[in-house]
Amino acid sequence: MKRATLILVPYLWLLVLFLAPFLIVLKISLSDAALAIPPYTPTLKDGIGALIAELDFENFIFLTEDDLYWKAYLSSLRIAVISTLLTLLVGYPIAYGMARAPDEWRATLMMLVILPFWTSFLIRVYAWMGILSNEGLLNQLLIWLGLINDPLTILNTNTAVYIGIVYTYLPFMILPIYAALDRLDSSLDEAAQDLGCTRMQAFWLVTIPLSRNGIVAGSFLVFIPALGEFVIPSLLGGSGTLMIGKVLWEEFFNNRDWPVASAVAVILLLILVIPIVLFQRNQQKQQEAEQ
Amino acid sequence: MKRMSWFNVTSLTLGFAFLYLPMLVLIFYSFNASKLVTVWAGFSTRWYGELLQNEAFLDAAWVTLKVAVISSSIATVLGTMAAYVLVRGGRFLGRTLFSGMIYAPLVMPEVITGLSLLLLFIGIGLDRGVLTIVLAHTTFSMCYVSVVVSSRLVSFDRSLEEAALDLGSTPFEAFRLVTLPIIAPAVISGWLLAFTLSLDDLVIASFTAGPAATTLPIKIFSAVRLGVSPEINALSTIMILIVTVGVVTASLVSKRNALRAQNEVQAAERAAA
Amino acid sequence: MNQTVFAPWDDPNATPLIRFQNVTKRFGEFTAIDDLTLDIYAQEFFALLGPSGCGKTTMMRMLAGFETVTEGRIELAGQDIGPVPPNERAVNMMFQSYALFPHLSVWENIAFGLRRDRKTKGEITARVEEMLKLVRLEKFAQRKPHQISGGQRQRVALARSLAKAPKLLLLDEPLGALDKKLRQDTQFELMDIQETTGTTFVIVTHDQEEAMTVASRVAVMDEGRIMQVATPAAIYEYPNSVYVADFIGDVNIIEGRASPSGDEEYKLDWTEGQAPVLAKSQATFSEGQEAHLAIRPEKIRISTEKPDDAVNAMQGKVLDIAYLGNLSTYHVELPGGQVIKAQTANTRRIARRDITWEDPVWISWSATAGVMLDQ
Repeated sequence: MKRATLILVPYLWLLVLFLAPFLIVLKISLSDAALAIPPYTPTLKDGIGALIAELDFENFIFLTEDDLYWKAYLSSLRIAVISTLLTLLVGYPIAYGMARAPDEWRATLMMLVILPFWTSFLIRVYAWMGILSNEGLLNQLLIWLGLINDPLTILNTNTAVYIGIVYTYLPFMILPIYAALDRLDSSLDEAAQDLGCTRMQAFWLVTIPLSRNGIVAGSFLVFIPALGEFVIPSLLGGSGTLMIGKVLWEEFFNNRDWPVASAVAVILLLILVIPIVLFQRNQQKQQEAEQ
Repeated sequence: MKRMSWFNVTSLTLGFAFLYLPMLVLIFYSFNASKLVTVWAGFSTRWYGELLQNEAFLDAAWVTLKVAVISSSIATVLGTMAAYVLVRGGRFLGRTLFSGMIYAPLVMPEVITGLSLLLLFIGIGLDRGVLTIVLAHTTFSMCYVSVVVSSRLVSFDRSLEEAALDLGSTPFEAFRLVTLPIIAPAVISGWLLAFTLSLDDLVIASFTAGPAATTLPIKIFSAVRLGVSPEINALSTIMILIVTVGVVTASLVSKRNALRAQNEVQAAERAAA
Repeated sequence: MNQTVFAPWDDPNATPLIRFQNVTKRFGEFTAIDDLTLDIYAQEFFALLGPSGCGKTTMMRMLAGFETVTEGRIELAGQDIGPVPPNERAVNMMFQSYALFPHLSVWENIAFGLRRDRKTKGEITARVEEMLKLVRLEKFAQRKPHQISGGQRQRVALARSLAKAPKLLLLDEPLGALDKKLRQDTQFELMDIQETTGTTFVIVTHDQEEAMTVASRVAVMDEGRIMQVATPAAIYEYPNSVYVADFIGDVNIIEGRASPSGDEEYKLDWTEGQAPVLAKSQATFSEGQEAHLAIRPEKIRISTEKPDDAVNAMQGKVLDIAYLGNLSTYHVELPGGQVIKAQTANTRRIARRDITWEDPVWISWSATAGVMLDQ
């Protein structure tokens, strides 16, 4: 096979099915909504001139005027940040425990972390619906224990969304942290204690800084997809849960306002560019450090 | 052997309980005789029977499987090519754009990928159906394949390829006879990953599927939006079991291979000593 | 010595197998090989020796075809090999990592190159068996590379690269991964095999002892240039520069100003308060020219009494003794603070030797012991 073919086939595929669609989104976000199919004007058939002449920022102006969108972006950011921190709090002790587990357990523990990843995302989110509902298992348990008298409303609130994100993205947090901790020489911890640190001090002064790369990588791996999440807010969240992925879906499927949906997508992407660039830089730094 | 502190044991126990209890609950209630999913009314396999009668689900499952096999196979070929180009291709015009397009889909929110592909398909007048889902799934999963394969290629001793060339292979022979057999495990895991991603995908499929072709996740999603249903519990149980058997088998096989390789190396060292 | 000494490089009529003609190789801004010209003759065991980054590996990779030449040309048997891809060159290479195909058995590894030549089954079998016998690995033919020891892997790599009977075999640090004892045995084995097969070997190494042991000629390289090409003995006894003298073995360098004092004889004023050093040299030095005298430690005698007959003798005190078993190296400090190394063979048991730390001693050497170098 010639080198050119080797390069061209995947290249063209991505140009047509990744880059081109993207430019179309950008273009449509600058178009007017119409009640035809496709429900936007101008279309490619109207010619390039008309295409450019009729482009405008109306949809973006609309987004800034209607505070639904502002709130949705801010609320997505808040939910993503909070759930990333929660995932870190839950994931770090697990990764730490795995790194300190006897060698013969490691492979099994590793498999147990990876297994949910291969299991359907949708099903894992769905599993919580039965647990968190008013008549759900959690409320039954709490009432039976006598901790509460009336069932708590958890399903269809932001709390359920946090639980869902922590649960589904937990492996993404555990794996990079575990990888960082696993590489850590255990004699470093012992050296710190030998030099007079308590175990707690050794943990804060040695273990945490040295697993920093894992923490950063894991946090980005949770934060980035959480920001654009759709399934979790729509199944576990309520009408009060505003997330931009859900707004985009509804604009598109329910309101059939393609230009606005496209504008929402463009802005979501702009918001994502910063964490993605930071993540890339972190990964690169890590790779260079390893060489 | 070192003993684990109570803190580590507790965090592992609680952590894995959190990861697995919800799924166990789901499996448990799939054998519930009652239609009311939260009230236990005795053991029954009734919902499994009903599931097997449900043709809409079976059709969707068939479409899903078909899409997953085709898209993951194309994605594996394209992704391996892309990985090879990225790791071994040297410099070419637009290399940065290319590697950007490989990595971008990994972090792209699914809603955006789905939306943009739908707009493309409408723009070029392609009817939505199995073909469009396959195209969509191939596009994002080839990027995952490419990442998996290129990480293997990076750690691959380049002198092996050079040795093949030095011994008279053409570049293509060197790839077929040396590179491919050695990176095969990564190619296979790439395929499995692509396959799973395709089976799992709801959002992109929702945008790119037409009325003619519905995938299982779309069906499940529209069913569970209305609430918990015992039939879905049964379906989830089946899916969880298949994955569990697959992952456990794979990890046992790889563990056995690792052990065997270790034994062989030790035997060689003894023989040499 | 034998009448027919193998020395084609001294024969003006001999045609070289390989010619590097003004070869330059640049990687971007970096010049790896700088206008290098070199001839290598058929059946030579030629060593490229130098520190890492000196360009020796680049030269080898250009011969194998993995790097292109930026300027100049490389000829193999009179033919410019620049445009020939690596898989069509009659050159084979033994890689530093051995590059054995992990998924193929020892037998299949050796047969790999033969299969590419579309040889018949019978020919391949015969040749593989022959090669296995040559490297004494018949019993391991069906093993995979990870099932044999490091030394055996090295021999498989050698057999595989020799199987196609190349005109030229390139060896990239072939013994680097072996431990010292095994390395020494293997060096002799390599020489035997080279002699048996009559193949031209070019070896790249940073280990000067290895180069001296195996090679018929050694090229000492530094920063993309060849500093000296000569037989091991000539390189050791007659280095042409301080760099080469210092790179090969241990050496004392005495810097000073030369003044002619007779037939091919010079006085070297090297420090105040010491008598000038007397040295013979075939190279000519003008009055007052800066010169370096390089003397090997084993050419310096050490004694407790002042030697009567010595041309150059000076007194000092023992600073340090490095005991190496067969040899001892004495570091002798002169009154001016300079340290001179002198080496003696330990022909007597340690208890009976009479020089120890802090002892005042005399060191001495003859006028022909050292080499005078201008750079």
